[in-house]
Parts: sequence; C-alpha cells; structure tokens
Amino acid sequence: MSEKVLMKGNEAFAEAAIRGGCRFYFGYPITPQSEIPEYMSRELPKRGGTFLQAESELGAINAAYGAGAAGGNVFISSSSPGIALMQEGVSFLCSAEVPVVMLNVSRGGPGIGGIQPGQADYYQVTRGGGNGDYRVPVFAPSSIQEGVDLIYEAPVLADEWRNPIMLLADGMLGQMMEPVVLPEQRPFAESADIRAKKPWALKGYGDSDKNKAVVKSLRMQPDDLEAHVEKLFAKYREAEKALVRWESEGLEDADVVFVAFGTVARLTKEAIEILASQGVKAGLIRPISLWPFPYQAFDEISPKTKVVISTELSMGQMIEDVKVGVNGRYPVELIHRTGGIVPTSLEVAEKAREILAKI
Amino acid sequence: MKPVFEYTKGMCRVDTNYCPGCTHGIALRLIMEVLDEMGRLGDTIAVAPIGCAVLAHQFMNVDGCEAAHGRAPAVASGIRRVHPDKTVLTYQGDGDLASIGMCEIMHAAARGEKFSTFFINNGIYGMTGGQMAPTTLIGQRSTTSQDGRTREQAGMPLKMCEILSGLDGTVYAERVALNSPAHVRAAKKAVRRAFELQDQRIGFTFVEFLSTCPTNWGLTPADAMKWVDEKVIPYYPLGVYKQPEEAK
Repeated sequence: MSEKVLMKGNEAFAEAAIRGGCRFYFGYPITPQSEIPEYMSRELPKRGGTFLQAESELGAINAAYGAGAAGGNVFISSSSPGIALMQEGVSFLCSAEVPVVMLNVSRGGPGIGGIQPGQADYYQVTRGGGNGDYRVPVFAPSSIQEGVDLIYEAPVLADEWRNPIMLLADGMLGQMMEPVVLPEQRPFAESADIRAKKPWALKGYGDSDKNKAVVKSLRMQPDDLEAHVEKLFAKYREAEKALVRWESEGLEDADVVFVAFGTVARLTKEAIEILASQGVKAGLIRPISLWPFPYQAFDEISPKTKVVISTELSMGQMIEDVKVGVNGRYPVELIHRTGGIVPTSLEVAEKAREILAKI
Repeated sequence: MKPVFEYTKGMCRVDTNYCPGCTHGIALRLIMEVLDEMGRLGDTIAVAPIGCAVLAHQFMNVDGCEAAHGRAPAVASGIRRVHPDKTVLTYQGDGDLASIGMCEIMHAAARGEKFSTFFINNGIYGMTGGQMAPTTLIGQRSTTSQDGRTREQAGMPLKMCEILSGLDGTVYAERVALNSPAHVRAAKKAVRRAFELQDQRIGFTFVEFLSTCPTNWGLTPADAMKWVDEKVIPYYPLGVYKQPEEAK
C-alpha cells in the first residue's frame, strides 16, 4: 500500500467510498459529478456491490433512505441543483436517523446556474434546505487526498451518529487530477453484520420474538415530536464537540487572517505566500467541518490582527459564521467571486492589500 | 373445537385509526393474512408512505418504514438491493402513487423491481380531508372540485392498472374491490398471487384495491359500498390486466 496513483477527483472519491465499505450507490447524472455514477456503474457490481441509476435525484435519495434503513452502507452523490432536490430526503434521513454518505460536487447557482465550481451551496448544506429542526455534519476537503480520506471515514461516522454525513467538494476538486494514496478496502457488511450491529435496521425479525423494527419520522403527538427533536439535538450537541475540524496557520502574528475552505483555501495559501513576499503577514483558518463550524479557531487570532477576510466562491455565505466566530473583535471583510469564476491567488492578495490599505 | 375465525398474527393487536366503513382495514388484513399463511411475517419489509397509508406500519406485524409522499417505490428499491432474500411490499394510496409518486412507481415498474405494490384507490385524498385525487371520478365532488370533477378542468381519472400493465417490467397487475364478501375473497387470491410471483423474482407485481372513503365521500359506510358497485367499478373494471404467459 501507500503507492501513489494519479486520479481524477470524482473517480478517487468514488473509489474511496467503495473502499470505505459503501456497497450501495444510487445516482443520477449531473455535471460536474457524472464521472461518479459512471465509475460506480463500472466498479461496484464486479466488487460485490450494487449500482442503481435512479429516475431522479428524488429517486436516488429515497432509494438511499431505503437501503440505509435496511442496514446497508450507502453512498450517493450529486451537484448543487440535484442536492436541492434531495433536501426532502435529507430531512427525512435525519428524523428517521438513517445513515447515508452524501457528496455534493458543487457548481454555480442559483437555479440551473452553471457547471463551473461554486461554493454558493454553503447555506444549503450547513443550514439545511429541508424542513424542520435537523443538522447534517458537513466536511469540505481542499485536496483530492483529503476528500478520499474524509469519504473513507464517512460511513463509519454515519453509522456511529446514525445521521447523514455530507461532503462538499466544489467542481474544481471533482474535475482536477492529483496523486492520491488510496486506503485499504474495508469489508462490505453482510446480512449477519447488519443483524449484529444495527438492531434498529429493517431486515425481517425472522423467527425471533423480538419486536419488529420500525423506521419512521411521523409523530402526530406534539409532545412526542418535541421529545424526539430534543433527543436529536442532544446528539447534535455531542457531534458539535466531536466532529469539529479545522486547520490554521500563521494566526499568532498575522496582519490579516483569511478564512477559506475547499479549492479557495488552496489558492489562499498561495496568496499568503505572495503577501509574505510583499511584507504582509497573513494567516489562514481553513474550516474542514462546515457544520460544526470551528468558531473556537477564532480565539487563536492575534490581538494585533487588523482584519479577518472570508474568501468564498459565493456572494458571501460562510461570512455569517465568520462573524459569529470573530464576535466583534476584528473587522470582517469579504473577497469573493461567483458564477463559477475562481479568483487567482494574485487577485486575492491584491484585494487583501486594498482592504488593509483602507483600515 | 375447531376455530372458525381467528385474529391473524399478521396484524398487531391494536385498534386501527381508520374511519368507520373505510376499507383500508380489510386490505391490510388480507395482505397480512396471506403473509402469515405463507409463513413470511418474519421475513417481510413493508413501506408505508404519506397519506392514510402511513399509519399502516403500526398495524402490520412486519418490519417496516415510512416513506416521504410518493417515494415508497424508490425506498423499496433500496431495501430490495440490501435484502434480496426478503419479501418487500409498498402500501400506497392514490394521491401518493398516482399523483406525486407517478415518477417513482413508473420507473420501479419499468425496472421490473422485485417487490409488490398494493394500491388503495378510493378516489380521494383521505388524510388531508377530501381533496380531488388523480383517481377522482368525473362528476365526483371533493373539497377541490366542489361542483364535481370535470374533464375540462382536471382531465380524466388515471387508470393505474391499465397504465402499469403496459410496462414490460410489470409481470402482474390486477384490480380488485373490497365491497362484498365475494370481492374480498377474490382480493385475497390476488394478494397471494402477487406474493407468489414476487417469490419468482421475475418482475414487478401490483394489486389495485377499489376502496372506500365514506367520511370524505359524504356517504354512510353501506352507501359507500353500493357506490363502488354503481360508479367506481364501471370506470375501473375489475380483473387481471397482466400476468405471466404460463398463467393464462
């Protein structure tokens, strides 16, 4: 093992899901992630798994719900408008506490938008586009290797927390190629494993006297529903502590601190080097988990920092969480492009200097 | 002493929430009685989507889940992939299956999904209080067709047995009624036939129950049963619409 292979992001993500033990994949074509259903249709059947091309994203998320409720480890993927269609199912999965791993290879919006990389789904994935009180842990890789590692871990987390786990990789990560190290194949769960490890799953109660399994989200009695949602939120509060992840650098003496995730974090690191060569000290907070958001990372920022800049491929969505993290201690500014345009590192560095000049 | 009547182990010993004269209870009992007779209660997974059907998992003594409105065939397709050896069924109403869930049922049938769908056609949205369904008859009053459904305004009612039997993936489609002892006996045979054909894993199996909704039809339970004979069956003829060649 540990041999590096050159892979396209989408194919590496699909392979990581298979190696992570996701035996079931339900998908629908949408750019820029269509290599994933293509890869799954080719690879899963010959490795003992199941691929199904669903009739729509609604079909895909609901088949995922069925397979997850039946105890299977499920992976599904789509891109922004397709993830929008799936939101009914995400709300349902959270209420019924069914584990599923989801990947959004996001593009520009709103509406059909475009097919170039975007991060304007930040609200959609962190605030939830579905109805009701629920939360979905969201991880945003900034390299193909990190995406592979997170997707490999995701089925374990989904089972542990009995909740969907979302990966947000913008279209740039899906479409580019990088060398990656692929992890070992985790064995697929067999019927006996499901029976042993998931007592709540639908599998037929056999000849036992055990109670039938029921997976549900309808609760007609308000006190019953309130108790259920309170139970879910006790779980989410634990998840906030256990699943929060970030990376930071140069916070101790930065004039400017960038906050960026995904592809933008990569080019922001380059912008930091450019600024350093121009005598400007810049740091970075890179949220890896978007929910839970790493608010505590902002406590490490130096008192001499002049400004915190949220850098995004949207009109500024994460900036709301950045402001909560900053909590009034520093001015907060935005550097952004949208519509599928990715700024260059030079552009980010230049805009940062303009912002600094005004402060 | 030989018992002449027993509760089926297929039904949980709880009261149903269905209105007096509603035939959901009969349909559920038939399905569960057949599963019990076939020895399948411990090896069955049922899907109950939104509508009056969503309550079904409380009454069916098998593993089961709820589904979002219309999505039961997609959910059952997922369950079937994980458990190829189990009996899988969906239990769906007409607003659910023939309106919001038309895409899911058509594609599940077209794929020849190896589960059975039991379809309650009572021509109305029951749980939400009597709105027009895709199956509401021409002239039938509902809270969203208060002077009676017209063809000009809402088109013609959908005939799901006829539609689904036109798909190659469907191996069995039969329409039955529940408004007389003879119809109930015939309905039970249809349920058994659906499960037997599901056992062969040769394709999608479908039974449509012409059902009643006295509450939202504004009829007494007895008049609702008569209405099925007089109005419903003439538009939705009973019978086998599709079956494997060797069975004909």
